[in-house]
Amino acid sequence: MEGSKKMIKVKVNGKLYELLIKPKITLLQLLRNELGLTGTKQACMDNSCGACTVIVDKMAIKSCSVLAMQVNGKEVTSVEGLASEDGKLTPLQEAFLEFSAFQCGFCTPGKLMSSTAMLEEMPDPTEEDVRRDMEGNLCRCTGYKQYLAAIMHVVQKRKEGSK
Amino acid sequence: MKDFEYFPASSLQEACSLISQYKEVGKILAGGQSLITLLRQKLISPTCLIDIKGLKELDYIEFDKKNGLRIGALTTHRAIEKSPVIQDKYNVLSEMEKSVASVQTRNWGTIGGNLCSADPIGDPAPSLIALGAKLKLVSAKGERVVALEDFFTDYFTTIIEPDEILAEIQIPPPAPNTGVEYMKFSTIEAGIKIVSTSVSITLEPGSDTCKDAKIVMSAVAPIPLNTKKAAGLLKGKKLTDNLIEEAAQMASTETDPTSDVHASAEYRKELVKVLVKRATKQAFEKAKKA
Repeated sequence: MEGSKKMIKVKVNGKLYELLIKPKITLLQLLRNELGLTGTKQACMDNSCGACTVIVDKMAIKSCSVLAMQVNGKEVTSVEGLASEDGKLTPLQEAFLEFSAFQCGFCTPGKLMSSTAMLEEMPDPTEEDVRRDMEGNLCRCTGYKQYLAAIMHVVQKRKEGSK
Repeated sequence: MKDFEYFPASSLQEACSLISQYKEVGKILAGGQSLITLLRQKLISPTCLIDIKGLKELDYIEFDKKNGLRIGALTTHRAIEKSPVIQDKYNVLSEMEKSVASVQTRNWGTIGGNLCSADPIGDPAPSLIALGAKLKLVSAKGERVVALEDFFTDYFTTIIEPDEILAEIQIPPPAPNTGVEYMKFSTIEAGIKIVSTSVSITLEPGSDTCKDAKIVMSAVAPIPLNTKKAAGLLKGKKLTDNLIEEAAQMASTETDPTSDVHASAEYRKELVKVLVKRATKQAFEKAKKA
């Protein structure tokens, strides 16, 4: 069999795409190669490192291990879709900058996507919750403390804001 | 990854009919959290995938006191982890699910896919076996129910027929006077488990005498290992530290681990002694309070 191309409809960062693609294309390949959204990083390719994390229907998932076919009809957000159209960063992005929550930066998009999904789901996580929830995102420069501080800063500011 | 034809099934019935048509060359795709990696590494190269991930009819968690728990095979790990009824009635399952892979994998990966991939390091199988789980397998020809402990035959191999689909996991109501404990050992929290064990202890009412016991482990044999000799040592006897120690030693002799980059076989055998002892003691304590 040749892997006949199939049509999918998917909303990426708010924009609707209709694409005719081979079934073996992963969501990661779709984003990077078909749509040119290279913010999502390709690294381990075996569902381990989390560099390819994107949000599908409000859930963080690893795009290297999901076929593009499986997001047919769904809504995908990649790191390019976080900031508003006029370039205003999200509080998490601001905090990552403020706390220098990256060294080489390769894991940063994945970490932003995981933490964005986490804070949507858990309004007031403890540091332990954050450590646990972010365990699927590896940083080989081992810059873990900085991004933990950045996320907790956003959590703290949100708490103060809601008082 | 090699090319394949892709068929998204719109109902379980359609999935059964597709897999009966393509059973020689096809594979069922659920969340794909194991399968996509296997395809990419060309460890398997089916020429057609039948995608069942979208089947809402296999995505449910239902509990009633008489029949116990029924989990649709396409329920995600995350849904099991977060389910209030599972946290309340089968806490060991939600605790175990917390340590399955990562949040991202739990968000997309399904319990049915996990069991059918039959990776001996998988966490869910030992806990489910300790809880006495059964599986409902369906095909175009009908359905059958099998005990999960009879499901696995070898590394990545099960008794499932090429035209069958796992539809449901069935768990009996929580047994009275019973405690179940899950314990794992890994070098880092999110890492590969070097050994994990699930122990279920049922006591005679109001006593320390063990009525029933199950000790099940992952990553120490080609299949999730139900160490029956070790459990047999406990049955019918009053549980003491010495007896539990003896059972843990026995459990270790029943294992057949391999050495890999994470741990040597000898080290795994030593860990089994420690983990089984600790988990059995915890399960015993829980059973006393149950």
